Amino acid sequence: MENLLEIKNLHATIDGKEILKGINLTVKAGEVHAIMGPNGSGKSTLSNVLVGHPAYTVTEGEIIYKGKNLLELAPEDRSHEGLFLSFQYPVEIPGVSITNFMRAAVNAKRQYQGQEPMNATEFLKMMREKRAMVNLDSKLANRSVNEGFSGGEKKRNEIFQMAMLEPTLSILDETDSGLDIDALRIVAEGVNKLKRDDTSSIVITHYQRLLDYIKPDIVHILYNGRIVKTAGPELVMELEERGYDWIKNEN
Amino acid sequence: MKKDNILKKLANKAYEFGFVSKIKTEIIEQGLNEDIIRLISKKKNEPEWLLEFRLESYRYWQTLEMPEWAHLSIPPIDYQAISYYADPLKKNKENKNKEIDPELMKTFEKLGIPLEERLALSGTAVDAVMDSVSVKTTFKEELREKGIIFCSMSEAVQEYPDLVRKHLGSVVNYRDNFFAALNSAVFSDGSFVYIPKGVRCPMELSTYFRINAANTGQFERTLIVADDDSYVSYLEGCTAPMRDENQLHAAIVEIVVNDNAEVKYSTVQNWYPGDAEGKGGVYNFVTKRGDCRGRGSKLSWTQVETGSAITWKYPSCILRGDNSQGEFYSVALTNNYQQADTGTKMIHLGKNTRSTIISKGISAGKSQNSYRGLVRVSKNADGARNYSQCDSLLLGSECGAHTFPYMDIHNNSAVIEHEATTSKISEEQLFYCNQRGIGTEEAIGLIVNGYAKEVLNKLPMEFAIEAQKLLSVSLEGAVG
Amino acid sequence: MACGEEYIDLFEKNRELIDEPCTPCLNREREKAFALFKKKGFPGKKEENWLHADVAKKFATDYGIDLGRKTRISSVKSGFTCDVPNLKTYRGYVVNDSFVNPGKQNRELPEGVILDSLNSFGEQHPEIIEKHYNRLAGKGDSIVQFNTTFVQDGIVLYIPKNTVIEETIQIVALLQTNIELLANRRMLIIMEDNSQASLLLCDHSATEKSSLSTEVVEVFLGCGASLDLYELEETAESNTRLSNLYVSQEAGSRFNHCNITLTNGFTRNYIEVSLEGEGAETNINGLAIGDKSQHIDNRTLIDHKVGHCTSNELYKYVLDDESTAVFAGKMLIRTNAQQTVSQQTNRNLCLTSCARMYAQPQLEIYADDVKCSHGSTVGQLDENTLFYMQQRGIPADEARHLLMYAFAGEVIENIKLEPLKERLHILVEKRFRGELNHCKACNLCKQ
Repeated sequence: MENLLEIKNLHATIDGKEILKGINLTVKAGEVHAIMGPNGSGKSTLSNVLVGHPAYTVTEGEIIYKGKNLLELAPEDRSHEGLFLSFQYPVEIPGVSITNFMRAAVNAKRQYQGQEPMNATEFLKMMREKRAMVNLDSKLANRSVNEGFSGGEKKRNEIFQMAMLEPTLSILDETDSGLDIDALRIVAEGVNKLKRDDTSSIVITHYQRLLDYIKPDIVHILYNGRIVKTAGPELVMELEERGYDWIKNEN
Repeated sequence: MKKDNILKKLANKAYEFGFVSKIKTEIIEQGLNEDIIRLISKKKNEPEWLLEFRLESYRYWQTLEMPEWAHLSIPPIDYQAISYYADPLKKNKENKNKEIDPELMKTFEKLGIPLEERLALSGTAVDAVMDSVSVKTTFKEELREKGIIFCSMSEAVQEYPDLVRKHLGSVVNYRDNFFAALNSAVFSDGSFVYIPKGVRCPMELSTYFRINAANTGQFERTLIVADDDSYVSYLEGCTAPMRDENQLHAAIVEIVVNDNAEVKYSTVQNWYPGDAEGKGGVYNFVTKRGDCRGRGSKLSWTQVETGSAITWKYPSCILRGDNSQGEFYSVALTNNYQQADTGTKMIHLGKNTRSTIISKGISAGKSQNSYRGLVRVSKNADGARNYSQCDSLLLGSECGAHTFPYMDIHNNSAVIEHEATTSKISEEQLFYCNQRGIGTEEAIGLIVNGYAKEVLNKLPMEFAIEAQKLLSVSLEGAVG
Repeated sequence: MACGEEYIDLFEKNRELIDEPCTPCLNREREKAFALFKKKGFPGKKEENWLHADVAKKFATDYGIDLGRKTRISSVKSGFTCDVPNLKTYRGYVVNDSFVNPGKQNRELPEGVILDSLNSFGEQHPEIIEKHYNRLAGKGDSIVQFNTTFVQDGIVLYIPKNTVIEETIQIVALLQTNIELLANRRMLIIMEDNSQASLLLCDHSATEKSSLSTEVVEVFLGCGASLDLYELEETAESNTRLSNLYVSQEAGSRFNHCNITLTNGFTRNYIEVSLEGEGAETNINGLAIGDKSQHIDNRTLIDHKVGHCTSNELYKYVLDDESTAVFAGKMLIRTNAQQTVSQQTNRNLCLTSCARMYAQPQLEIYADDVKCSHGSTVGQLDENTLFYMQQRGIPADEARHLLMYAFAGEVIENIKLEPLKERLHILVEKRFRGELNHCKACNLCKQ
């Protein structure tokens, strides 16, 4: 299998403070990776750096995605190249309906790929299909993006957008946080339905419960800005039993 | 991605309607005095009473000084350096009627306002006014069949002198303010609308104002009378060429709304705002007021204000009839060095009167944007209700957004609510859009239109789409 | 100059007499202030800040001003017991316009803290008074200039660095006169870095004669300083109160203000808070209850000059009979004041059709990264709620009182001094029941 994403010796800072201190990670097409770790270990920083959040500065290292230097791409171009982040805290955009928002996003991507914008009928049909896929209430689609949504609705909306944009590499940042078990199941099922043989995911989580539904191929433990352990799915169980303290003690 | 840069790079956007048309225009000499006023009146072949009205207004105007209370810095205006009458219709000696210069037809077509009825936007009748004169009014005959009068003010003075005389100045007295007095003295043309009892006007009526000639002022006057149980939706649009000097526009709109009648008045104001350095642009000093005289009458103002160097405008409702309703929906966008001081007055006089105010200000560049509004509930206005919401959105750190509501409540049964918020487009919102593949400029357009949606929804469909484009375009270059 | 001439005349004729008892700094500032007052006179009715209030007319009464410093009241302590039960305070008195030394009290102020008259303090610490006196008020309107022109004494509260005063300091101001009286009051509060205090200003009247008091209070809060300032007005219908409060806040300082207006005839309070240092916080609360022909005019300006400051404002009015009131609150957020959080709320209850409320909440914002909002409402008690209460057996009048009381309670709840809070609850309830013609606890009033 070819390498979809290759992170080499990645260092990143925010407000002058170094958070990532040399990350190495390779994701091949079709793989599901889980990144686990205690709070403050740099999990969210890693996902934000991957999608090019302007608050973070990469000070060293490189990221190769689909053979391209990812760090040179604008955030919207990374999106067009199939990189999707399900935000830990999805942002509210008052007055902008999900329908309009998604139309802008889908057409921007089509333009990037040299395609004509989608016509309204086609687009609405696609909306309907994808909505059904993640059980998103049709009423939500007419509401402003994330405004007044419950925690579960926000996360479901993220997965719905993922379905619309059909990413090659999706990053789920703490998608399980703030969800009850039913909502968690619906979200996870959505993610699984969207999985294709050639698409990959990075699932970032503190707990094992999301990984009961989304089965990772490879599990990493991130601690203090570095990946300190990489193993198969069995590592999840071990963490569940032993907590993070032994990791902290070993490092 | 540096957002600061993005927002600083406001401007540089070419004003789409800034072209000058080469039309033979008859312009009277600059300056203002009683002779000029007599000349204007004579050119328009006006009756004696109207000349008297003008002269009285002029004499009163001379006793006034420019108002200074607004949050605006207005450079001194030389009222003697303006020409008060410009006529783009050339006289044809054989034919008494003026004929339309083909160049003039082209101008309006270029502006997207076809004057030939076959090309019209569906269901819209247009009165086109260039400089001081109404050029053409479409669909007049169709409307006439229903008893609706839609024509230029000059024509109305000739054809319906009694109606005009009865209502002119009855809502906005010439003594109302400095600019109202000036307009009453020198007003040139505008639209006149009369909707008879029980008639629902079947199409949108619209007036399109264009300033073309240099060094002229535009002083139009619009009068709308909606008789009992009638309905009309009226639209107003305006543009002007790009010129280095400032142009003065001081209009009056008067609306009379009788028992159970309803008037919707929508404006998309896109006068030339001046260039990125604040040079040139139209001074837009307008008095708009509706008198809801009748029981259960309703007047709704909707405005999208993106143009003009300086805007001074407070479309108001006098809620005189019991159970009458007033509404004001406004989006005011200022960019570069534009200044706007705009809002409304809701004067509750009748019982159980209601008013709603939704104002959305958007400031960018080095502009100053103020909402100023008055809600007055008089002693006898039992059961008055008002809800006001005034939001400001700031793009960039060199602009200002201000809110000056005045509440003057003289009746204990009133319920008055005012809310205001200020926000900016957050970096997180922009990044979220970026992550979904939407570029920053488009994201700002999306968010601004979302912010203004409550107001845009009140516009008739075609206008709403225009207004949406206009909002995005006016901020173009605001992002780069 | 049409208005104020008699006062200009009075000043020019009595200049030496006025200067005589005063510390040099007062007289120097007086000079400047008089020049300004002479130029502008009293504010006209058409001035934006004085709409709805004909203040020049208030000065037309032939008041006496005690320029010769003849009034001496020695036994104020025994005669005046208007206190807050269970609130232990260190107390000072102002009679008309003079600070009366409280003498020995059974509690002491911490070392270095000075509570004294302006003149006495000015003699001992000329450098401190020079640095602060009239520095904030100097730019004020002509009423402030009038005060500076005629003021002959006042109070200073000086709290040195890192000093925490646990007990509340209470200043009782009293109007006591047999003639129509005009009193010019002045107060200077200087709190150095990291000091902390709570101050209660009680305003009383023991006269039926009409009186007018101008008051100028200047407050300097050093870095990290914290002041809770309570102003409780319980004077008489015959009194006109023109008060100006200026506060300057350095970085990280905190200012809590609560202003209660109950019985004064004509009230005008101007409050200006300048946030000069980052991280400063200001909370401004006001409650005004008006009836008969009372006029209550509160104007506030919160000036955010630097970033990362927070301001909260809550003003509530209950208006009965023919009372009129003004609330004009402006929040000014200057260009540099990024990350400002500012909120203003104004709620008004009008109980009769003759009561009149003017509300002008204003936002003036020049910075983009701010969170600002204001809300203002005018209304009545909710009929549905009243009916609900009646259905549960509460008489209509009682229900009305309960709801008004609850309405006012929101402001009182912001007070941190428990005994004061309790007393205010009682005062406000009595006020609503019309039982508060006189201050019952006060011996002087009973005489």
